[in-house]
Amino acid sequence: MPSLFLDALLLQAGYNAALVALGAALLGMAAGSGGTFLFLRKRALVSDAVAHATLPGVGIAFMVMVAFGGDGRNLPGLLLGSALSASLGLLAVQWIASRTRLAEDAAIGAILSVFFGFGIVLLTIIQTMTSGYQAGLESFLLGSTAGMLFQDAVVIALGGAVAVAFVLLLRRPMTLVAFDAGFATASGIDVRRMDLAMMGLVMAVTVIGLKLVGLILIVAMLIIPPVTARLWTERTDRVLLIAGAVGGFSGYLGAALSASAPNLPTGPIIVLVSFTLFLLSLLFAPGRGVLAALIRHRRFQLRVHRRQGLLALAHGEAIFDPLTLTVLRREQLIRQDAVATEEGRALAAKTLRDEKRWALVRQIYQDEAVSGRYDGLTPIESVLTRDEIAELDRRLGPPAPVS
Amino acid sequence: MNTALELASEAGERVTHPAPADSPLAMQELTVSYGEKPAVFSIDATVPAESMTAIIGPNGAGKSTLLKAALGIVPRLSGRVLVFGAPLAQVMHRIAYVPQRASVDWDFPTRVIDVVLMGLYRELGLLHLVRRHHRERAIACLERVGMADFADRQIGQLSGGQQQRVFLARALAQNAELYLLDEPFAGVDAATEKAIIDVLKSLKAEKRTVVCVHHDLATVTDYFDHVLLINVRKIAEGPVATTFTADNLQKTYGGRLATAHIDQLKLPAA
Repeated sequence: MPSLFLDALLLQAGYNAALVALGAALLGMAAGSGGTFLFLRKRALVSDAVAHATLPGVGIAFMVMVAFGGDGRNLPGLLLGSALSASLGLLAVQWIASRTRLAEDAAIGAILSVFFGFGIVLLTIIQTMTSGYQAGLESFLLGSTAGMLFQDAVVIALGGAVAVAFVLLLRRPMTLVAFDAGFATASGIDVRRMDLAMMGLVMAVTVIGLKLVGLILIVAMLIIPPVTARLWTERTDRVLLIAGAVGGFSGYLGAALSASAPNLPTGPIIVLVSFTLFLLSLLFAPGRGVLAALIRHRRFQLRVHRRQGLLALAHGEAIFDPLTLTVLRREQLIRQDAVATEEGRALAAKTLRDEKRWALVRQIYQDEAVSGRYDGLTPIESVLTRDEIAELDRRLGPPAPVS
Repeated sequence: MNTALELASEAGERVTHPAPADSPLAMQELTVSYGEKPAVFSIDATVPAESMTAIIGPNGAGKSTLLKAALGIVPRLSGRVLVFGAPLAQVMHRIAYVPQRASVDWDFPTRVIDVVLMGLYRELGLLHLVRRHHRERAIACLERVGMADFADRQIGQLSGGQQQRVFLARALAQNAELYLLDEPFAGVDAATEKAIIDVLKSLKAEKRTVVCVHHDLATVTDYFDHVLLINVRKIAEGPVATTFTADNLQKTYGGRLATAHIDQLKLPAA
């Protein structure tokens, strides 16, 4: 299996596997970058409704094509049908949210289940039909790469490329609409039309991804990459880039993994790969990661305890908090029996002095930003100049010794 | 006001207001409604060119709604808006808008400089790259509001006053002739209030027009030269000296503004 995996990774595992890997990578890029604006506009769940609303279209398209004597499994035909029913679902969500008092989440729940239920009914009817090679239609639920044709891969690749180009073209107005719709309108952007374009993009990605990952999991490809990317950066353009990369990488790696063993489903593996990336980012990303936040919190806590401890020393009060004692002992500011060392006394005196300086600063510069910088933890030398501190000391008089 | 018109209206004749072609912002019988109950009802108002106009009224009086309707952000039920004598769509590029600070998500992945560059998107279009001179212009706008040192900060790290200044810098980047601001002084610190009013006064000195939704009655006479008093309907409009009177305020705020409070206000010398 390892060598098979390596082969798949290097596109050496056969023509079909290579097609699937490239198609999945392109689809992943398109979904990741297209999903970014959905995520930033806080409308991620709409994509779930859109995805589930594709199913009736698949069934109806199949029936129509069979009725006209064609091949019921013609991919462009099925995709067209799914696109039409997805638009219908999308319009229904928009209509309910804007014209009735129901909120968008209620509309999404209703449309999603109704369309999906109807689609399942249609598929069941199709199963009982005698004509048209219906086998394989249910693969639209969870995706399948078995028997993927060259032309199917071309459809996915082309669709993915067009979607990425579309994202690049509209990135500015879409960013503006997601951040500040009011300002966007006042800048001459038609917010409604931009939202429609965004949903159109999502629909396109959903439809071309149907064959590969299926309608139930496509939402994960739209949402997980931008959420992952958001953990790494504070800039919209980089969220877009990283989301595209995460999506593309997950698609490629997931497809290669599933090709390396029999009976590994492609869609779910792709989703699991991107979820792994998300989990790693959530834990280890600098800044927004869980671990980084824990470390920051702990450091802050230690600084607070250090200051409180030093002030207690300066006032000659006893310290009871075990953490405070640990912090002071570790820096050898107190001895094991909690008596201040030489160094501890000096630092305590300085801390008390700085408190008094800050109090004076707040009196003198009431309105100015500098008084807002006081948090009791920032060293005064990093905020005020040496001359300013000297002036404060002149007003305060000589420091009192700490016993 | 045209005396002939005034006489005609006093005589009880129906007057159709001529569209004032020179006014940066003229509203005619503007009505906005979020349901059955109008938020703004049939307001006629004309903002004089190169003025600093305050829109004043109690909470829920439709001040922000009026501004948003004038910009097409909320749909109008009826009425007309003319900007520099033309329909809004043709003159969008001559307007800059500063929305309420609370209207956006400050955890959005963007830096201060990126927000200011949004003011240049209209000029950049879809395809042009952001070049150094664009960046320099954005920095210059940040300098005007005293925020140049914060250019690379994530916007979530800013204080409320700093956020407000960044929004103003974005509007400055648009280099417009008419500035519409929604509560720019709400919840900001004294230093920010000073920085903002200095910039607004410099805009007026550059012969631009400034319109603010404003809530602080105490500063009206210091900051503005024109007022529009509304409470769903229009109560009064005109120069601060003649319009910002105890009588008009009482009409605008009704019982909500105690007479004693009005007495404490700095009203224009009668």
